[in-house]
Amino acid sequence: MTSILKVEGLTKHFPGSKHSLFGKRDLIQAVDGLSFDVAAGEAIGLVGESGCGKSTTGRLITRLLEPTAGKIEFNGIDITHLSNAQMRPIREDLQIIFQDPYASLNPRHTVGTIVASPFRIGGITPEGGVKKRVQELLEIVGLNPEHYNRYPHEFSGGQRQRIGIARALALRPKLIVADEPVSALDVSIQAQVINLLKDLQTQFDIAFIFIAHDLAVVRHFAQRVAVMYLGDIVEIADRDTLYSKPKHPYTKALLSAVPEVDPDAIGSRERIRLTGDVPNPINPPSGCRFRTRCWKAQDICATSRPQLLQIGSSQVACHFPE
Amino acid sequence: MSAFLEVKDLCVSFPTEDGVVRAVDNLSFTLEKGKTLGIVGESGSGKSVTSLAILGLHKGSSAHVTGEILIDGQDINAMAENEVQSLRGNLMSMIFQDALAALHPYYTVGNQIEEAYLVHNKVSKAVAKKRAIEMLDRVGIPDPHKRVDDYPHQFSGGMRQRAMIAMALSCNPSLLIADEPTTALDVTVQAQIIDLLRDLQKEFNTAIILITHDLGVVSETADDILLMYAGKEIEFGTVREILQKPHHPYAWGLLSSIPRLTGNPDKALAAIPGTPPSLISVPSGCAFHPRCSYVSRVGQACSASIPELAPTSAGAHHLVRCHLDSTIRENIFNSEVAPNL
Repeated sequence: MTSILKVEGLTKHFPGSKHSLFGKRDLIQAVDGLSFDVAAGEAIGLVGESGCGKSTTGRLITRLLEPTAGKIEFNGIDITHLSNAQMRPIREDLQIIFQDPYASLNPRHTVGTIVASPFRIGGITPEGGVKKRVQELLEIVGLNPEHYNRYPHEFSGGQRQRIGIARALALRPKLIVADEPVSALDVSIQAQVINLLKDLQTQFDIAFIFIAHDLAVVRHFAQRVAVMYLGDIVEIADRDTLYSKPKHPYTKALLSAVPEVDPDAIGSRERIRLTGDVPNPINPPSGCRFRTRCWKAQDICATSRPQLLQIGSSQVACHFPE
Repeated sequence: MSAFLEVKDLCVSFPTEDGVVRAVDNLSFTLEKGKTLGIVGESGSGKSVTSLAILGLHKGSSAHVTGEILIDGQDINAMAENEVQSLRGNLMSMIFQDALAALHPYYTVGNQIEEAYLVHNKVSKAVAKKRAIEMLDRVGIPDPHKRVDDYPHQFSGGMRQRAMIAMALSCNPSLLIADEPTTALDVTVQAQIIDLLRDLQKEFNTAIILITHDLGVVSETADDILLMYAGKEIEFGTVREILQKPHHPYAWGLLSSIPRLTGNPDKALAAIPGTPPSLISVPSGCAFHPRCSYVSRVGQACSASIPELAPTSAGAHHLVRCHLDSTIRENIFNSEVAPNL
């Protein structure tokens, strides 16, 4: 399988606050040395808790942020440090769906203008004209094409998210980064949007990077899942392996923390309770970043940072994998 | 003997320019000490408005509240504002979803816990501070002696939630309302907070109302579940009744639409079509009927009249508001819904 996206040693350090006039600035190590690739048409899930760098990763890949180090190769082209103008033709194939359907749509533009904006910015005239294509797109995402002239405030959260999806879909991209696309939606609407994204992914053969904190949601969408912790990937595996045989202690803990809906199954599940919170990315722990909350940690975990290694069918970064 | 908390025919409505919003419509339920009631519903179903009414927080707003809210026999709704204020924080208190917004950024965490304690107890500031440290320690804040002088922004999200729980419990309230207490938290921290609330409840014998949209969270914490839709109670029962054998089609829809860690992940989720209704123009009859797949089995009644809240075949404790005949309902659940869960 050919890969559409290759990420190597991707790093983003944000400048933090200064403690004195001539002092050194803090560095927030949001993403630190990330490597993974995405095959054409593949749906990969990126999961982790807040502050683990999953959204920063999505914004780096779509080049909404400038990477500090590392390499991003999209469709065979090195896009790591391309300028905005150089990125423009590439954005036809690389789109993003945002988390907040209220903040990501311009309230003063009609739905038609919003969904047509990729054509306008790219200077592209689709076959049959922009209006016809926009109406087709609205229909594909399950909206009434006659709502072309309405404004975002006339739509519910789920419908707004569909507008954002139509916009991302407009130029028939090869890769869509979906950053928490359903976490702002009600439960009954969440399922509709997950089903829609899944249909689009298979129908148009689009590769997806699905960023989410909810492991159960990712399980219903992704074929392969990467788990992030404090700026780094700790485990990547195909979906069934990751959910049935997690190898990294953090993956195990994360899975066991998901609340169980069936009251009779609560007792039968293994309970791992992590203590404390995720450490501060300004000053992450030495060695393995998870060691401060890990029940398996030993001396070596503080001195050497584990690399992502192939174990069975999973890749795991741990000195003592399961 | 009557229940510790008894809500009878509670209605809350708000006059707006576009018409009257009936946010809560004829709600009745009871809750005993040491038990947890989970109020479950989507946004706009009236769950938060209900909790604010119980705390008497609609007084002084444009809201029109009718019905009775009896806590230990005293009617909160009939009380004057200042009477309720003396009970708030003392007899009953609340923890909110967004701890950062609920804590005052200019005061230290310790200060805010002390303030709540001093209002209801005639003690010196030193004693109140001791109490604040004790409470922070109890909710699992490391180094409480030092952290008591920190400001909210120096706490992590999970710690802020713990601090708010400490504040809410500082006067040993008999009733605690937790409005989406873990929604803003990460799963690993959410699990810690759920465990903490459960332990504290055992220790203090508090009655808890847990408001949430997360069926997993209620399943792990609640004894009873009240399911709301468009301001109405549509099903009530024990956790097992609602999560394993629900009777209302909306409950079936919710249970089948949530992604889980078990079951076939490649099967499309059974989504509920449509969107929750606007409270200004609630559909006639059963508010759920435009989204319900089983309307054809009943006919006219669904859109013509609001179904009564009636006991199910499972017993007088399990109530449901649906026009479907109870045997038909059970058949549908067993043959069409249960196999897909």
